[in-house]
Amino acid sequence: MTSTLPNRQLPSTDVDPFSPEVLEDPLPMQAALREAGPVVRLSRYGIYAMARYEQVHAALTDWQSFQSAAGVGLSNFRYEQPWRPPSLLLEADPPHHDAPRAVLSKILGPRALRTLRADWFADAEQLVDQVLAEHEFDAATQLAESFPLRVFPDAVGLPRQGRENLLPYGDFLFNAFGPANDLVERGRPHVAELSAWVDEQCRRANLEATGFGAAIWAAADRGDITHEQAPLVVRSLLSAGVDTTVHGLAAVLYAFATHPEQWQRLRREPGLARVAFDEAVRWQSPVQTFFRTATTDVDLAGTRIAEGEKVLMFLGAANRDPRAWHDPDVFDLSRDPSGHVGFGMGIHQCVGQHVARLEAEALLTALAHRVEHLELAQQPRRHHNNTLRAWHSLPLRVHRAP
Amino acid sequence: MAMESTPAGAATAIELRVAARTEVADGVVTLTLQHPRGKRLPDWAPGAHVDLTLPCGLTRQYSLCGNRWDAYTYRVGVLREADSRGGSAFIHDELTEGARVALGGPRNNFALVPSPRYVFIAGGIGITPLLPMIAQAEMVGADWRLLYGGRCRASMAFLDELHAYGDKVTVAPQDEDGLLDLSAWLPAPRQDTKVYCCGPGPLLDAVERRCADWPAGLLRTERFLAKDQTPVRSEAFEVELRRSGVSLTVPPDQSVLQAMNTAGVHVLSSCRQGLCGTCETTVLAGEPDHRDSILDDEERAHGDCLFPCVSRSCTDRLVLDL
Ligand code: HEM
Repeated sequence: MTSTLPNRQLPSTDVDPFSPEVLEDPLPMQAALREAGPVVRLSRYGIYAMARYEQVHAALTDWQSFQSAAGVGLSNFRYEQPWRPPSLLLEADPPHHDAPRAVLSKILGPRALRTLRADWFADAEQLVDQVLAEHEFDAATQLAESFPLRVFPDAVGLPRQGRENLLPYGDFLFNAFGPANDLVERGRPHVAELSAWVDEQCRRANLEATGFGAAIWAAADRGDITHEQAPLVVRSLLSAGVDTTVHGLAAVLYAFATHPEQWQRLRREPGLARVAFDEAVRWQSPVQTFFRTATTDVDLAGTRIAEGEKVLMFLGAANRDPRAWHDPDVFDLSRDPSGHVGFGMGIHQCVGQHVARLEAEALLTALAHRVEHLELAQQPRRHHNNTLRAWHSLPLRVHRAP
Repeated sequence: MAMESTPAGAATAIELRVAARTEVADGVVTLTLQHPRGKRLPDWAPGAHVDLTLPCGLTRQYSLCGNRWDAYTYRVGVLREADSRGGSAFIHDELTEGARVALGGPRNNFALVPSPRYVFIAGGIGITPLLPMIAQAEMVGADWRLLYGGRCRASMAFLDELHAYGDKVTVAPQDEDGLLDLSAWLPAPRQDTKVYCCGPGPLLDAVERRCADWPAGLLRTERFLAKDQTPVRSEAFEVELRRSGVSLTVPPDQSVLQAMNTAGVHVLSSCRQGLCGTCETTVLAGEPDHRDSILDDEERAHGDCLFPCVSRSCTDRLVLDL
């Protein structure tokens, strides 16, 4: 058996992963953490961190030792009051996690999405035709935001009014997984109003008769979840399903704008759209981090993590770990990105991943048929968020195919 | 074009090792199954079953009845069926500790849904899926009772484990108490009470008759039909990728996904355990040997898709839409 080092030999750093400098460009810090060791102490927050693929993968899959119900952010729900009632999926452990997960997996599964495919492809073509009226545009807002906001709320069955609340709500939610820094404080004045709107949309009466929302309520009628759980399960779609795909789509557009030869490859082989999106999710990791809490004293790669301690998993760093990936910093369609942890891994692995892939496939296919070449028109700007690798703008210049 | 190796690593159909084989009642053995190299086993929840392909080539379904907080061990209970067509007889007479069995699933058609109250009714070996349900009901503090019938006390497995639950458990061997008193246990439907029943056909028939006019979702049953499954092949098979115009051979020690990757055909995958559904592929011809945790029986019967990270072929040849 491996012996456990006294934890005082554990590499330690006072870096703040949530500082503006790191959020602007997290890659140097991630590389330093990976080099420092399999487990590193973040002295500023008094927590452990993992940045190598092997340990991140192990912690993600070992739900028995690393729980989610004490919160998947820095805040430890054992001692601190969560800012909203915890998610029944993301912030739940078995057995409570089972039923909501089983219900959503079916509703968001590939076979259930087949009925949306043709519509989403048509929507993507329409949007792209509209946007391509200009040669230069901001792809962050006009494509990466517009497309999910056009198809996803309809698929859930939300009313039209108030949809502008979705992105700010998600932005706050993903900030709130980090420390109570400026990003969180700036959002705080609006939370009550945003939350009230979101909670209101989760009620059965406010959802269309068909759609993911209605399907969740129908599952409650069958008794697969309780009627009390239904609105919170709907809430998980409104929380996790918008900002993530927006920044995921922006990531893949940025990748192609900066890798013209890869764009040519996609145009020749449009069947690579799904691979391209997952490669971009690996390469940019729109969701950068999540936390877990040790349920017992755990020995991980020679470090003893005591029961109740928080562990920060750097998904983005794992996805660029040279121990696991050949040339990890390269965006490359001939790579098989399978096994990346950008959607997580294990029982909490993104239940919406097929939705995200379908959105991406629709948008990329429409673009590949119409755009010969795309490039950055100006330097894109990041949007800082404690969890998301996000975009403020992505100015593109495109040349339409003849 | 060669594919790079990826972090998820090689994925082949999982084989389990019989780590222990224990007689627990007359005609009932439990098998403790582990990964031959001590890896985690795929996650499951109460009500789940696995397909085990035995060294004799037969595939049989068994409910998982261990503790899922131990990620390294599965436990199944196996009754020697009087009219067995070989599966249970093989396990009772020939399967030894150290033997290997191939795993399909776990799958769950009998999930425990949240409820403040549960009534569990087991007949004989039907106790197996209910054991982890009971442990879970106890864990979440639900109000529950178990009625457990069997031929005679000596034939009823797990009485020692159930003893710990005290008077929440009613043990009713037929030679002492006669047939189960279903009328006392199933008086009228209640929205706050879910009934879970597993056991031999006649018991399930009786319970379903009694609850025929109950609202949907209150009674949940599981029936294992000893379906005549095509014996699973252990030899290589051919896969034709129709759109790519590629044909390849999948040897027994490789997954379809691996074989396709080796042949340079990209198929995106993620969990490589038949759980996440990322690698779903359309089947144009041939009969898949499904080993995933995703498709239900009806979807399997359609035979129009498979998950190449774990599933294989019953026929000599599979044609895929790739
Ligand atoms: C590119 C887009 C997306 C990315 C990068 C992403 C990323 C993730 C990650 C990393 C997790 C795992 C969390 C953990 O292990 O603690 C997760 C979980 C989850 N995602 Fe996504 N996601 C995306 C899109 C979506 C969409 C479109 C939906 C809804 C339709 C969604 C709904 C969820 C939910 C409900 C969970 C919690 C699942 C559970 O705990 O069982 N996500 N996502």
